[in-house]
Amino acid sequence: MGRIVLENVTKSFGETEVIPPLNLTIEDGEFAVFVGPSGCGKSTLLRLIAGLEDCTSGAIKIDGNDVTKVPPSKRGLAMVFQSYALYPHMTVRKNIAFPLRMAGMDQSDIDARVDQAAKVLNLDAYLDRKPGQLSGGQRQRVAIGRAIVREPAAFLFDEPLSNLDAALRVGMRMEISELHNKLETTMIYVTHDQVEAMTMANKIVVLQAGVIEQVGSPLELYRTPRNKFVAGFIGSPKMNFIEGDAAQKLGAHSVGIRPEHIDVVEANGQWQGTVGVAEHLGSDTFFHIHNTGLAETLTVRAIGDISLTHGDTIHLNPRADEMHRFGADGLRIA
Amino acid sequence: MAIVAQHTKFSKIAWPILAWLVALIFFFPIAYMVMTSFKTDADAVKPEMLFSFTPTLENYANMTENYDYWRFATNSIITSVAATIFTLVVAVPCAYAMAFNPSRGTKDILMWMLSTKMLPAAAVLYPMIFLTKSVGLYDTHFLIVMVLSLINLPIAIWMLFTYFKDIPKDIIEAGQMDGLTTWGEVREILIPLAWGGIASTALLVFIFCWNEAYWTVRLTTTEAATLSKLIEGNRAPEGLFFGRLSAVSTAAVGPIVVLGWFCQKQLVQGLTFGAVK
Ligand SMILES: Nc1ncnc2c1ncn2[C@@H]1O[C@H](COP(=O)(O)OP(=O)(O)OP(=O)(O)O)[C@@H](O)[C@H]1O
Ligand SMILES: [Mg+2]
Repeated sequence: MGRIVLENVTKSFGETEVIPPLNLTIEDGEFAVFVGPSGCGKSTLLRLIAGLEDCTSGAIKIDGNDVTKVPPSKRGLAMVFQSYALYPHMTVRKNIAFPLRMAGMDQSDIDARVDQAAKVLNLDAYLDRKPGQLSGGQRQRVAIGRAIVREPAAFLFDEPLSNLDAALRVGMRMEISELHNKLETTMIYVTHDQVEAMTMANKIVVLQAGVIEQVGSPLELYRTPRNKFVAGFIGSPKMNFIEGDAAQKLGAHSVGIRPEHIDVVEANGQWQGTVGVAEHLGSDTFFHIHNTGLAETLTVRAIGDISLTHGDTIHLNPRADEMHRFGADGLRIA
Repeated sequence: MAIVAQHTKFSKIAWPILAWLVALIFFFPIAYMVMTSFKTDADAVKPEMLFSFTPTLENYANMTENYDYWRFATNSIITSVAATIFTLVVAVPCAYAMAFNPSRGTKDILMWMLSTKMLPAAAVLYPMIFLTKSVGLYDTHFLIVMVLSLINLPIAIWMLFTYFKDIPKDIIEAGQMDGLTTWGEVREILIPLAWGGIASTALLVFIFCWNEAYWTVRLTTTEAATLSKLIEGNRAPEGLFFGRLSAVSTAAVGPIVVLGWFCQKQLVQGLTFGAVK
């Protein structure tokens, strides 16, 4: 079980309020991802849930119990840190066994669970090494191992993959998702990478300056972003925004359209411009287009390889039903 | 290129020579003291006998028979060991709190602690003597242990604080998540990880305690008198007993020099606050 409820939680460091009153519910078994730009308070929120920071006001409940004043060790949560935070003086086996030893479990039970976790995480061969003798990916696996043996009510991850190289990151992303499918335990995952958020989450919580901008499934956020901030943050490459007169003509203060929702046509396009940079990936082509009269640069994603390059004129047809309209206050117009 | 080459050649020869020279200058008084301790009092003052003399153990025999060397030595050991332990028992939790749960005043407290080292000891000498005499603590082991601990606490806390600062806070927090109590954090994480630093600190504090003379000489008479007091006592006003004085001094600094010799590495690390890795 692991249903986590935050009620009017606030956090200030001295005079500066990092989290204004915030309400959030994470259901049991959910994979929730906190995403937002650097410094928006993601880690702070996670640490409040973990108990590593005290709430300035408000309450945190886990499975109905108020844990606001309960120390981290008694909340039944496990955390995986960005820096791995392994105990450097202990072997991998001792690291993974540590929380069980602290819980006073029998040695035979500890051994059984550690072996089980090591098998799941492919760490069998490294159990007698010290963390210093492992690669980054292996260290992260040990940190995850240390978290899963405890069978916690929920897992908390703070940017666990940001110290890994790109290829390894994709692999570990899958492993964590698979782990979630297998354990069906609540997971809260902090990242500033919206791709991680989109690929892993059941529920994405978009934060900006400590305020929740939107909560929803990845596709909800993609299809119906509540405001311009969420629209620009979710999706890669970023959504194009058309402002001013051009937007007025389309019936809004500003209009957003995703690069994949603009079709490249041979001629007589509704819009046209000059290709600035063309990125040919084979499967896709990304065009950065100038002189459209709509925005400084318009990004377009076309399927397959299209042989237009720098300086060429390009014709475009936006899909009218994929346009997002926003009012002067930045909110979505229904 | 030529200049660089010459320069390195010069420094290859000149620096070692300079280092040896400085080392010899520093070492000479100690060598002189040890040599003198094997001379009779009469020989000790004769310049022509500086290096050529007939060695005698008379001074050492005299010291153990007539001056009760072992009692002073025992007191030195008891007070230094007890004070070192007490200092660490207070300083480890204190430095832990300052390193991992700093408050707004932590920096100021650290500076204030250091500033107490600037107070001239002589300024509180008479109050100390009167106070300790009136409460009956004068010349007790307890008093000496307390005084030695208090003198060394600031430096011990500073050293430990610097070592603890090097431990990533994440590891302590991981420990908290894994179910550690505060005492558990100290026992399971802090002490194992900062073991080298704690050992250096202990060693340095022990040496400072052993060498302390200002207070141990003035706050004791017989019961709790340490080796410093023995040396002081042999600085006899009735005449110059250089041989005897040297023997006492050699026997007093001997143990600590030997200890220092064996623990050079820890000492250097301690004195440079871990800057040399
Ligand atoms: N201990 C602290 N004392 C004072 N301010 C803090 C403290 N910890 C965090 N902050 C401030 O709170 C804000 C949120 O920090 P937080 O670490 O939660 O951001 P984040 O979203 O995790 O960012 P990142 O993606 O860079 O990790 C920042 O402006 C930061 O400066
Ligand atoms: Mg963070």
